[in-house]
Amino acid sequence: MSLKRTFKCLPVAAFAVSMAMSALAEDADFFDQAEHDRQIAMLGATPIGDPAKPWLQSMTDNFRDTSKYKKNGAGTICFSNAGIFNPWQVVGYKTMREEIKLHSNIKEFIVTDGEGKDDKQIADIDDLLASKKCDVLLVTPNTTAALTPAVERACAQLPVIVFSRGVATECPVTFITPVGGYAFGAQAARFIIDALPEGGNVLALRIAPGVDVLETRWSAAERIFAAEPKIKLIGSEFTNDDRAIAKSIVEDYLQRFNKIDAVWMDAGATSVAAIEAFEDLGVDIPVFTGEDQQDFLAKWKEKNMTAIAPTYPTFQWRTAIIAATQILRGEKVPGPIWYLPQPTITADTLSKYTQATMPPQHYALCGCEGMAGYPEVWGGWK
Amino acid sequence: MSIISTKSGTLPKRFLRLRAIEPIYFILIAIVAAMVLSNPIYLDYGPMMQLLRRSSPLMVLAVGQLFVIVSGGFDLAVGSLITFLILICALLLNGNPELAYFAIALCVLVGLMSGAVNGLIVSFWKVPSIIATLGMLLILRGGGLYMSGGSARGNLPDTFRALGRDSVFGFPVSLIVVIVFGAVAWLILHRTSFGRQLYMVGSNPRAATLSGVNVAGIRIAAFMFSGLSAAIAATLLSGFSGVSTSAGDGYELQAISAAVLGGAVLLGGRGSVFPVIAGALALHALFTLLNIWGFPKPMRDVVQGLIIICAVAYSARRK
Amino acid sequence: MHSLIVNLGPRVRWRRILRRVPPIFWALMLMLLLSVPLLAVYSRAGGMSWAFISNMLERSVTLAIVAVGQTFVILVGSVDLSVAFVISLAAVLASFIMQGDPSMIAVAVPLILLGGALIGVVNGVLVTRLNVNPLIATLGTGLIIQGVLNTSFQNFAGSVPREYQQLAYGRLLGLPAPIFLLAALVALASFVLVRTRFGAHLYAVGGNKEAARLAGIRTTRVIMLAHAIAGLLAAAAGLFLVSRLGSGAPWVGPDGIYDLESIAAVVVGGALLAGGRGGVFGTLAGVLILGFIDSLFNQLGIDPYLKQVLRGAIIIAAVAVYSIRSREEVA
Repeated sequence: MSLKRTFKCLPVAAFAVSMAMSALAEDADFFDQAEHDRQIAMLGATPIGDPAKPWLQSMTDNFRDTSKYKKNGAGTICFSNAGIFNPWQVVGYKTMREEIKLHSNIKEFIVTDGEGKDDKQIADIDDLLASKKCDVLLVTPNTTAALTPAVERACAQLPVIVFSRGVATECPVTFITPVGGYAFGAQAARFIIDALPEGGNVLALRIAPGVDVLETRWSAAERIFAAEPKIKLIGSEFTNDDRAIAKSIVEDYLQRFNKIDAVWMDAGATSVAAIEAFEDLGVDIPVFTGEDQQDFLAKWKEKNMTAIAPTYPTFQWRTAIIAATQILRGEKVPGPIWYLPQPTITADTLSKYTQATMPPQHYALCGCEGMAGYPEVWGGWK
Repeated sequence: MSIISTKSGTLPKRFLRLRAIEPIYFILIAIVAAMVLSNPIYLDYGPMMQLLRRSSPLMVLAVGQLFVIVSGGFDLAVGSLITFLILICALLLNGNPELAYFAIALCVLVGLMSGAVNGLIVSFWKVPSIIATLGMLLILRGGGLYMSGGSARGNLPDTFRALGRDSVFGFPVSLIVVIVFGAVAWLILHRTSFGRQLYMVGSNPRAATLSGVNVAGIRIAAFMFSGLSAAIAATLLSGFSGVSTSAGDGYELQAISAAVLGGAVLLGGRGSVFPVIAGALALHALFTLLNIWGFPKPMRDVVQGLIIICAVAYSARRK
Repeated sequence: MHSLIVNLGPRVRWRRILRRVPPIFWALMLMLLLSVPLLAVYSRAGGMSWAFISNMLERSVTLAIVAVGQTFVILVGSVDLSVAFVISLAAVLASFIMQGDPSMIAVAVPLILLGGALIGVVNGVLVTRLNVNPLIATLGTGLIIQGVLNTSFQNFAGSVPREYQQLAYGRLLGLPAPIFLLAALVALASFVLVRTRFGAHLYAVGGNKEAARLAGIRTTRVIMLAHAIAGLLAAAAGLFLVSRLGSGAPWVGPDGIYDLESIAAVVVGGALLAGGRGGVFGTLAGVLILGFIDSLFNQLGIDPYLKQVLRGAIIIAAVAVYSIRSREEVA
């Protein structure tokens, strides 16, 4: 039957089509050499401000004047959230809600949740603008490209603060970000190269494509791995932030290549599942890079691993509220980009950040230890 | 239908049925052979056991799905039921090892209850199962996240995770669970009057009603069995990989795919336990094979899509 | 059915038309009315206003386009789960082909619509010629499209020109352009269903396929055409979505859960999954109810997870209202 033959050809055809299409598709290039170099330089710099309050510090001293937005009395802060679908956002959002309680000039705080859908978040922003109630708008864009026009429309009406992920416009009063993804990815990659012997196998685990803060991490690491002849990058795979997938990938690669000497991760949520793959097979845990989640830090400490944890601090959710209240008061705000410090957890500072009483997916750099609701609000116990 | 007729059938019919071994077994053997040829390491005991351990949640879930499919419906809620149960258990246990068995019992109870609700909605409100379980999917997903506050809270103790993670003399405990569960399911489906009635309900509900079968009761029991399988899959899966808010994502479609690969016919009346378990295993083996061959991961979707279409087209022709 | 109406007097005809408005539409109107005092008291963002309604309509357009297509396949007793991936495919190809160049709009749009219809035809062939269960057939084609798309594009691909974004953001007579688009689509689709021979055939095939075949209807062709329309409209939804987003990425369709939501909207609108009953106005009401819940809960500041729970309950309850008195066996 000819239909049957068609079916046999289909996988080949599908493969050919996608290869051809990917050849045509221009390489969505997330790498920007100048920005990369600037971040690497900034990582080593000393921030301005009180070291006890990193969420108020700034790596550069450029400010934006906001006196035209000054409001007498309390104001309303609106927040279009991309959604709360990962632990990083959960910790950040809780910190944010606690921060609001500290300010008397916030009359109301209106939040919409985009549920991780670009289309919904665009509609949310339009809803908030239509309500005419907002004095300041905070946005955590779901994706960079899709949310840019909506943010531009908002900028025309009121002061906007963007954080967590970026947009492709400079119209917001400020974009709050830690030093950056290139620094994150490069730091982890360099650590691996320094720790590995000649001919080491490196596996890279990434969450998902298309998010700028994650793409920059990988693009920096990928270049470093490619330029280093003494190690071999055996693969880079997407885990979709799913622990079972991460564990399965590691098991598969262990069988395909017999040994893995280092695992580079663009985010730490699934790092413990990846470590468990080595444990369950009775293989030594290799060099790991992770993030500041408590479960990873606890494992690191318990197994005395060779590891490093660059961070993307959740305390930036505090900073966003503080910046909003500064705008309401008409004070100057670091901008157009407010670079926050980006501490790295190393073997030396590990003990300082490990908190046994906090839940496994709590982020050590929440900057929330001194707040009134700590630790119960974040799911911890005293 | 075919099962019923062979029960009372003559010898040549039985002989015919022997010849018509479910094609999934050949597919499974072919995939495993390809795996071994591509990487001889899969002849070893360890990697094989790993593959089996990894596929055990899906094997259990696919058997549960089979019951609902045989009765003529779908259960789309199982994936989010798994996530719901894992989140609740982690919240409840919070690393406390003593409560582990209580938590597993609770999972089973909640699974049965959620299945019963699905069955009641389908049987008495006459809502098609695809819509009823889609609604349940949203309810469970939202409910689980609401209770845990959007991310995994608490921790699962090792006693809870033992079922999905530990091995006895190098033999994964989860595989023992699959074997026991599969055997029980086989007995229920092929050796009890409940099983016979289930096939009747699926192939011709009106005829079943007329011959005095309690159609509503049978349907509800089928959904409860699927809920039970989700509860067991949840303990196995969280044992394997731990707590996360996306743990059960996509499992409903994988379970349906596995059942269909194993020769179950959608809209009811046909399918049996062991081919479906083989179907679940084949799906995981195929993913592993594609990984050995170095296919980019999205291409696995293409292959999965093709084989489920082919499997159903083939069984439609056989019918 | 349609020939009856033509011969009636104007008053009776008016009443007939009123009667044809599905009850779910009155439910929607009632919900809108009831929400006015509710929002006036509890709203945190402005309450009921023209802007509220217009935003609600705008946020529903993408889903409405897919759901109208889904109505056609559900009417013949089939279903299309591949729509979410067709939306992604259309969105990605649109921005990839256009690359910000307005002169490419005329090339990209017809090409993509044709592609969507072709995918629909493939679904139709699988369902009618190979007797593959429509859920599996369209799930399968969906997985294939997703796989090809994800292998080829890892990200937002290119962009659409500003002129093209007028489709989503332009204004006509002081109203947002998408509303006109929606109205035109609904009018056209309901004309096809109510006034054409093909429309009558859709109902006949869905009501009783065997009887339709015996009555001389070429059922295979009708089902195939219904699938082609669903594919075409899914591609159109992707084209609209990309004009809203400015660029397409492989995940925009599945992220919006357009497959399950479109089915939910159609059945909430009163269609029978087994086929033979349903209509465009019902579907539109179903879409608007889902969109309305979204906007309402936004305004009331209801926890998004709780919202999902309520959404699930509402879908079940809405369908139960139709089916609870039915004596048919369902599974």
